[in-house]
Amino acid sequence: MSYHRTKLAGWLAEFDSAESLLKAARGVHAAGIKKFDCHSPFPIHGMDKAMGMKRSPIGYIVGVMGTIGLFGALGLQYWTSAVDYPVVISGKPFFSYQAFVPVTFALTVLLSAFGAFFGMLHLNRMPRLNHPLFNSEKFSRVFDGGFFVSIEADDSVADESKVRDLLNSLGAVSIEEVEA
Amino acid sequence: MSSDINKSVTMEPPLIEGNPTFESVTQDVSKIVERKPPKAWYPAFAVSATAALTGFILVGYLIWEGTGIWGLNNPVGWGWAIVNFVFWVGIGHAGTLISAILFLLRQRWRTSINRFAEAMTIFAVICALMFPSIHVGRIWVIHWTLPIPNQMAVWPNFRSPLLWDTFAVGTYFLCSFLFWYVGLIPDLATLRERATSKIKKLFYGIFSLGWRGGNRQWRHYEVAYLVLAGISTPLVLSVHSIVSTDFATSVLPGWHTTIFPPYFVAGAIFSGFAMVMTLSVIARKLYHLEHIITMKHLERMNIIMLLTGSMVGYAYSTEFFIAWYSGNEYETFAFINRAFGPYAWAYWIMISCNVITPQLFWFRKLRTNIPVMFVASILINIGMWFERFVIVMTLHRDFLPSSWDYYSPTIFDIGIFVGSFGLFFTLFLLFLRYLPMVAMSEVKGVLPQAAVHHDSSHAPSPGGSQ
Repeated sequence: MSYHRTKLAGWLAEFDSAESLLKAARGVHAAGIKKFDCHSPFPIHGMDKAMGMKRSPIGYIVGVMGTIGLFGALGLQYWTSAVDYPVVISGKPFFSYQAFVPVTFALTVLLSAFGAFFGMLHLNRMPRLNHPLFNSEKFSRVFDGGFFVSIEADDSVADESKVRDLLNSLGAVSIEEVEA
Repeated sequence: MSSDINKSVTMEPPLIEGNPTFESVTQDVSKIVERKPPKAWYPAFAVSATAALTGFILVGYLIWEGTGIWGLNNPVGWGWAIVNFVFWVGIGHAGTLISAILFLLRQRWRTSINRFAEAMTIFAVICALMFPSIHVGRIWVIHWTLPIPNQMAVWPNFRSPLLWDTFAVGTYFLCSFLFWYVGLIPDLATLRERATSKIKKLFYGIFSLGWRGGNRQWRHYEVAYLVLAGISTPLVLSVHSIVSTDFATSVLPGWHTTIFPPYFVAGAIFSGFAMVMTLSVIARKLYHLEHIITMKHLERMNIIMLLTGSMVGYAYSTEFFIAWYSGNEYETFAFINRAFGPYAWAYWIMISCNVITPQLFWFRKLRTNIPVMFVASILINIGMWFERFVIVMTLHRDFLPSSWDYYSPTIFDIGIFVGSFGLFFTLFLLFLRYLPMVAMSEVKGVLPQAAVHHDSSHAPSPGGSQ
């Protein structure tokens, strides 16, 4: 049996604090590397800007879903109460919009919540239970108190020596290769 | 989350005591679910589960036999079932207030108690939903409350406040659940990494959905969490307002008042904080979390109880004033009957527990005294249950004196109510046993060492530093 080197997925570098991770993010971004991520136990303020990322589009997803909820609920109540099977109740109009406010409100909120939740899952590509990063033993420290930069091997700019030099110059505590 | 504001501007002492590190927070919270629970957990679970099971059996009997086994009579068609429903929904409200409103207001002290309070919300809403479902009498057609096509081709009546409840409370449950679960994802990932047995690794692995803690995930996560907080915020006000319309839209003296929605919301927050207090005093002691759920957290909750309790007291007096000022003799009678009629005992229990008890918290000594706040929180819970009882018992003397009657619960009313407490505590104990009861990732975010100095963001382009 011959030994096959497994495919390289990328590099994982540890940093000693939130502050140095933020600096590293700026450095990696400035070096023109696109396929990288900064892992931390909690979200770090200013990281989006440091990594050169735009605002998350979740707000738009929620806006669209909420609008569907709003008009969907009004339409549902209008159609069931005034079109499909109108019933006179306490002499009120078939389309008593004032009485339809609570259900309209509830469904607007509900669909917005679905938009936020499922939109977040979709944008984060979750659930995805397997990922090369989980092959690294050190990586589990992200969920405890560790700060890491991961750079994917198939980034167009990243290559072995350049990545190592860059991460070292940014103050990485350790650098390891992650196998796919 | 700008972590340095708190430190530099207000000069507050740290939120978490004892100079913890990120690792010690992980350790303190995770070990609770990784080790065997404290000895008191087992008898507590046995008692709760027995009560819950007994409650389920009684519910089964109720479904078999019908609501006649309750103490309902002709003027009092809504007995303990609706009292318990409003009581449990109200308890949930503190959880949402802590998790959503305090989050939006950047009240960072909430991070120690929010997980806990959100869990309480979800379990309380589950208990609440049980009561109207069994009160309909024919639970096998409960889906008629939803707009699902059926063989009669009739749709639900969207003008009915009881239907509004279905949507309001259903939405409340689902939103609270999603909010809670989103908050749990990073912490479940922590437990996944620490799991020693295969089955735990599988369980936490599946439910953490492959969370990697990268900023490419955090950035969507943070916005989603903020949005969920934002849309849960109106729910704190709307759910109990809609519940109050069950009463307020009827034409019954004592119920037909515009004060009901705000008065119900204040009462809900009041009772919810009392329940959070009861639970957190026990949990922080049993699990040695005094440095995470500190005296300051407890004191602030007591101040909120003082505020909302006084609002509730003010609402009681406004009701009386309006009954007199309106000159309506039916309205006047309803209130005089409340305070001095056959149910006067319940009314005065309500006043002493809800209005007088929280006044203790004007004194710093008393609101930082654990036995005092523990007893007060239980009294407030009792008082808030009696508030709803007093409101519902307005029914017992209606317009026609010949139909007046006195309502007393039967063993089945009591058994099912006790059963709902059993269910609540069973779920809560399971939560304490298997899920992180403190939001680790959020607590780490408010530690002083999580702060990054923002002046450095004005530094020249990072490329220059190479």
